[in-house]
Amino acid sequence: MGKYLIRRFIQLLVVSFIISVLVFMLVHLLPGDPTTQILGANDTAANRAILLKQLGLNLPLWHQYTIWLNAAFHGNLGTSYLNHESVTHILATGAPVSIELILISQLIAFAIAIPLALVVSRKPNRWLDNISTTSTFGLLALPPFVVAPILVAVFAVGLGWFPATGYTPFTQAPLTNLHEMILPSVAITAGSIAVYFRLLRSDLISTLQQDFITMARSKGLSTTRIMWRHAFRPSSFSLLAAAGINIGSLIAGTFVVELLFAMPGIGYALVQAVEQRDYLVVQGISLVVAIAFVVIQFIIDFIFTIVDPRVVRE
Amino acid sequence: MARTKGGASNTLQFRDAGTHEGPLLVVEDLHTSFRTQRGTVRAVDGVSFEVQEGKTLGIVGESGSGKTVLSRSIMGLLPPRDVIRSGTVHFAGHELTAMDDTSLREVWGAELSMIFQDPMTALNPVKRIGDQICESLALHLGMDRKEARSTAVELLRSVGIPSPEQRVRWYPFQLSGGMRQRVMIAIALACAPRLVMADEPTTGLDVTVQAQILDLLADLQRERHMAVILVTHDLGVVASRADDIIVMYAGRIVERAPTRTLFHDTKMPYTRALMDSIPRLADPSGARLNAIGGRPPDLINPPTGCRFSPRCPYAQDKCRELEPPLRTVGSPDHLFACWFPLVDGMSTAPAVPVTVSSGPAAARSAVENGQAPAPAEPTGEAEA
Repeated sequence: MGKYLIRRFIQLLVVSFIISVLVFMLVHLLPGDPTTQILGANDTAANRAILLKQLGLNLPLWHQYTIWLNAAFHGNLGTSYLNHESVTHILATGAPVSIELILISQLIAFAIAIPLALVVSRKPNRWLDNISTTSTFGLLALPPFVVAPILVAVFAVGLGWFPATGYTPFTQAPLTNLHEMILPSVAITAGSIAVYFRLLRSDLISTLQQDFITMARSKGLSTTRIMWRHAFRPSSFSLLAAAGINIGSLIAGTFVVELLFAMPGIGYALVQAVEQRDYLVVQGISLVVAIAFVVIQFIIDFIFTIVDPRVVRE
Repeated sequence: MARTKGGASNTLQFRDAGTHEGPLLVVEDLHTSFRTQRGTVRAVDGVSFEVQEGKTLGIVGESGSGKTVLSRSIMGLLPPRDVIRSGTVHFAGHELTAMDDTSLREVWGAELSMIFQDPMTALNPVKRIGDQICESLALHLGMDRKEARSTAVELLRSVGIPSPEQRVRWYPFQLSGGMRQRVMIAIALACAPRLVMADEPTTGLDVTVQAQILDLLADLQRERHMAVILVTHDLGVVASRADDIIVMYAGRIVERAPTRTLFHDTKMPYTRALMDSIPRLADPSGARLNAIGGRPPDLINPPTGCRFSPRCPYAQDKCRELEPPLRTVGSPDHLFACWFPLVDGMSTAPAVPVTVSSGPAAARSAVENGQAPAPAEPTGEAEA
């Protein structure tokens, strides 16, 4: 197992390096000039040149990269051109919001998708299965920006159960925080539920055909125990892989919901920075998001070694 | 049902014979069919037999003869959907066919357990073998973790797994096929059941390992006084191990007799053909294997009359029209379903040209009937 994880860790390092180069380069490929943003369109060429020098943007790219990477290792991802906030600070305030959103949405997704799949897969193509399969297909077709306004209209404006917008840090008022988090989390959970449910359902149906399930029945185990202890684990491999990719892409994908519910998450900060051509903020956030993605994959790989002991021996 | 086990201990128990009178297992007129798109498959079609406490019954037949379905149907393990079952099964005086799943679960694994054909697929690939054994111990014998663990180690030792203290933590993929089958036997025997159904327990194994596993099963059976139903396609496997043998064909019993009688006084041409298809060491090398020509019949539309008649070298018009009942001649415990049973290995059917299409079975039967060898070309239905 150690060997397997070490190999995965080396992969993680290599991928992170490539990501850092790409993230660094991509920002420089974006159209537009930061000096125009900062000084306005009418300033003199001389002033622009001075500013370029001050910002280090006149240096060769590889040099800019090493400076940037070195600083990044020391927790300094630069400051925003616009409001002179440090990128680290932007991340530190935004990340908890996004992480909490993702966490709650995923918990909801698992809490709905897993039990539903376990129930439905025992009797495929019966009415409950048909309803679930059809409705999750509908959920797949509903992007968060469609779900969110509906949720707001019904549960915030109509019924008044939840606030329509606003964010209070968990550390300040946990209950208020959770109360505010519910609607945005539900808005992004729809797609996850559909994907998780469908993957787990089809894997469970094929697992339940296996001899070892009949064997488990012939031992006299109860159906519930067979489903949870025998069928679930060997059916969860695709679910796990999909969850890794899904959670990773949600990190940056929460911005629509953050925007709609006025939540100061990193997705929102990233989109704003792109809009303003705030290079360093875009770089910093992209780097952290991409590396978080890779780290999540590593964690998933680690979970795989627990769920399926055979992967260690691949 | 009355649970005869009380305080379980680490020592495996030797159970005294049950409290009820009569045979341990009584199967009466069991039918099992599957609804499919093409029609109803009658996989088991009116099967009756008994198994006495501590005895071994061999159930033999080609693949597709319904023997696996029969064993699962007896236990009640088939999924209720699309399966129609009628007839009764009594086990230790209780009617299994009348029990719901909850009551059956108390019997399964505890009193009546099953050894599956393929140890590769019948063990859960992501569970430690120890846990797979402990599960039934905790469930049926109420053992705690520690007790169950040490019993599991003892069980692994008793099925001949070296250093069981370590192996108990292994996963199935870390074991060889023979070892896995031993683990499966350990699981089946964990709660000291009174009847074990072994469904082709050695088919997936090496020939050398086959004998070891069967001997192990026989030893454990003797020690624990269990009854065993040994389901196999190989008459050779049951020849020296079963007390009685049932030969199945197309979902029906075609011959049933004590093992000695079956081999010495074979009545059914099908049984004869099965025996002839066992390769013998004494055969000259390069000798053709005596395979049975043709295929097992379609169980959706079984042939009229005797179901073996299309493949039987001695089949007569009567065989094709009327279904022979299961009957006895002389000895009451030797039943067979044949209009023209063999006598001393010779057919009692009137000598007429055979109608099987071709193949060694046809040629052989012709010779045995004292006729000229059948023409090499298929005779077809020319004489019809």
